[in-house]
Amino acid sequence: MFNAWLQILKRDLLIAFRRRSEIIHPLIFFVMVISLFPLAIGDDKVLLQKIAPAIIWVTALLATMLSLDNLFRSDFEDGSLEQMNLLKIPLSLIVTAKITAHWLITGLPLILITPLLAVLLYMTADTTTMLLLTLLLGTPTLSLIGAVGIALTVALRQGGVILSLLILPLYIPVLIFATLALQNTAQGFSAEAQLAMMLAILVLAITLAPFAIAAALKVSLN
Amino acid sequence: MNIKRLYHQFASPPYFYRISGLWLPYIMGLFVLLFAAGLYGGLVTAPTDYEQGEAYRIIFVHVPAAWMSLFIYMVMAISGAIGLIWRMKLAEIVSISSAPIGASFTFLALATGSIWGKPMWNTWWVWDARLTSELLLLFLYLGVMALYNAIEDKRTAARAVAILALVGVVNIPVIHYSVEWWNTLHQGPTVTKFDKPSIHLSMLIPLLIMAVAFKLYYIGSLFMRVRTEIIVREQKSKWVKDLAEES
Repeated sequence: MFNAWLQILKRDLLIAFRRRSEIIHPLIFFVMVISLFPLAIGDDKVLLQKIAPAIIWVTALLATMLSLDNLFRSDFEDGSLEQMNLLKIPLSLIVTAKITAHWLITGLPLILITPLLAVLLYMTADTTTMLLLTLLLGTPTLSLIGAVGIALTVALRQGGVILSLLILPLYIPVLIFATLALQNTAQGFSAEAQLAMMLAILVLAITLAPFAIAAALKVSLN
Repeated sequence: MNIKRLYHQFASPPYFYRISGLWLPYIMGLFVLLFAAGLYGGLVTAPTDYEQGEAYRIIFVHVPAAWMSLFIYMVMAISGAIGLIWRMKLAEIVSISSAPIGASFTFLALATGSIWGKPMWNTWWVWDARLTSELLLLFLYLGVMALYNAIEDKRTAARAVAILALVGVVNIPVIHYSVEWWNTLHQGPTVTKFDKPSIHLSMLIPLLIMAVAFKLYYIGSLFMRVRTEIIVREQKSKWVKDLAEES
């Protein structure tokens, strides 16, 4: 069973590396949107420093959502998703392999490029470290929750707008805890409680989301 | 009569259509009576609040509406789950027909809260925990309705919506507590402390009457929506054609 899981992970990674633009486009989106804020606000160092975590987090939220669009779409269109549904291993397990692959090719680069953006927004070293930690704990949750929305809308022709209506409200706890942790760090307090909550939400998402995603995919395949 | 038979009878759309048609006038009649009694009790006989003056009287609409907003979401999710598990058509219809009513109550709770906030907090809106979670509940309702409208096949749509509603149910406590932690200005609950409620009996009784009236209104309007949806879905079946010929 673990072998099959690895096979699917490998397959998805391979497909992604053959179509590199799909990895790069969400990253470019991420960088461009963030650089819009200083242009709109003006080069106000104090203000930018204060709102930088919020800017980066909201943009990460949107970039994750946009990048998710292709998570199941191509497999759905060429019928391989139907074949995966017929496999002996449960669909909920297959889905975790696909999401892991997807996070490795979209979530991880996003985190890696963040220190650069933090410098652009005058963030201090402490808050940058905390930002990376929250992103590390938060983006997998975003991928898992977003995958539920994607699974529900994959059969629709215009799923994009509806997807944002479905999953943005569900993203809010992650956003709140992440930005709270960053505020605490900026004011010199401990952010352990918020990080623990984010980890708890991640564990909850890993436990429950795959079943919801599999059920939703089965409805969409119908 | 055993319970299983009763369950199957209620699950049958023609039976439900007939029975709900018989009940509907009584439900709506009782609603009008209780609504009038609750309004009279709340607006006329209940005493003026020593802190908030007359402005507090909006509580008799605001609090029942807020209760209904959560209650209907639970009904929507549970009936959705029943529809998903046992493929019961009627439960699917109940689930999806609840969404617009729940969204309306949520909107009502937000609007009355905003009107109440102006004299009390001197602002129409604050990013307070309870207001924010109510707003997010409205977004969840809108998402459910958007998804249902987007999927062509209505039976598939009902199942997709049920999954979304269930995911939402898991998320509601998480959202609620995260927002609570984030910011709190709203006054604490006054009614749920049943051992020693911090609300006087002369205000509590009209409030509870209004809450029951709102529940009845929900049942009544739900029945109307479900009956319409049944007719639309079963328009090709014989009993609907017979019904059309009768009238």
